[in-house]
Amino acid sequence: MATSIKNLPDNEQVLSGNGACGGCPATMALRMVGKALGPNAIMLLTPSCSVASMGMTPKLGYNWPCINVCFATAGSSASGITHALEIMQEKGRLKGELPTVFCWVGDGGTYDIGFQALSAAAERNDNMIFFCYNNEAYSNTGVQRSGATPRGSFTTTTPRGKRQPKKNMALLMLEHHIPYVATATVAYPGDLYDKVVKAKSIEGLKYIEILAPCYLGWQFDMPETVQMSRMAVRCGAWLLWEAENGKITFNNPTSAIISGKKAPEPVNDYLFKQGRFKRLLQGPDADERIAEIQGDIDREIAFMRERAKIVI
Amino acid sequence: MKSVTKAYRPISWPMKGAGGDTGSWRTHRPVINMETCSKCQICWVYCPEAVIDRYEMTIDYRYCKGCGVCALECPTGAISMQKEE
Repeated sequence: MATSIKNLPDNEQVLSGNGACGGCPATMALRMVGKALGPNAIMLLTPSCSVASMGMTPKLGYNWPCINVCFATAGSSASGITHALEIMQEKGRLKGELPTVFCWVGDGGTYDIGFQALSAAAERNDNMIFFCYNNEAYSNTGVQRSGATPRGSFTTTTPRGKRQPKKNMALLMLEHHIPYVATATVAYPGDLYDKVVKAKSIEGLKYIEILAPCYLGWQFDMPETVQMSRMAVRCGAWLLWEAENGKITFNNPTSAIISGKKAPEPVNDYLFKQGRFKRLLQGPDADERIAEIQGDIDREIAFMRERAKIVI
Repeated sequence: MKSVTKAYRPISWPMKGAGGDTGSWRTHRPVINMETCSKCQICWVYCPEAVIDRYEMTIDYRYCKGCGVCALECPTGAISMQKEE
């Protein structure tokens, strides 16, 4: 069972009045991450919406030491900081518990531009947590296509809908043989909190990916952020799982879909609530396109079901 | 949190209102009806701005951006969005 809302701690690491849009899923998720990590942490950000949300000098919207690094270097910068902290502790210049080093990176900085640095850091298994908040496009620069954009989605660089499916980044990270990989989303805050608490207690590189429905990029109404995230999970477009030392376990409600107890909801409701799909699904080939998207989702569910059976 | 005047350096310090008084962005304001509120704290957990007090159930209107997530997620419908004057 996930931690209930009333048992979540009081500390706030995201301060009121930051520069994020109203209803931003990134600050929503970062609040839960902050509750789990506590104040003793160092945050690394690559260019993304979260950097814009920090606000203007001399004020800072996040209650952590924040370091803005070059787009492609989240993994390598965090590696350097982790090693520096360890050496400082060895030499006695740093007393007490080591701060948690974590990267807070968008899907562009994880899937495409920052992948090489992340992959190398994962191979070295440096002690950090890598968060990817995935809004399925380069939303900060005005919604361009990224590796995380699903098939059929409108972006400014794919005006007729993306023709390729998205890649399964969490599974790619699992195959780097790192100790902990998890996926989460903003609609299940207790689940997200538990995963971050567990990641904090493990030594090595931990990868957590959070689905963050961006209302500007996905083109739905501002209050529906949490609803959209919940619908993505219920229709199987986003699967909640965690893998400790390579063993995959599914979390509620994805576990019911995977075990076949509950059929996933039809994808139509999810697609037609979002402008990025809706405007492309009104032509004569709409049925084929929906079938293609449904096919991607079914394939992913079937693949993950079988992958979870492999325990070595 | 440190004050700005104490250390005038090109370093930012954690402080509320880093994006200005973001309450001015709001077109609709959330109002909690305490008679139907069950204090389940769901609005507090989903608030992206951390403006809702989880025990007192008050909203900091100086920074609330009026996104309406709290009103939509409230299970008892105690939060209503009222148009700003």
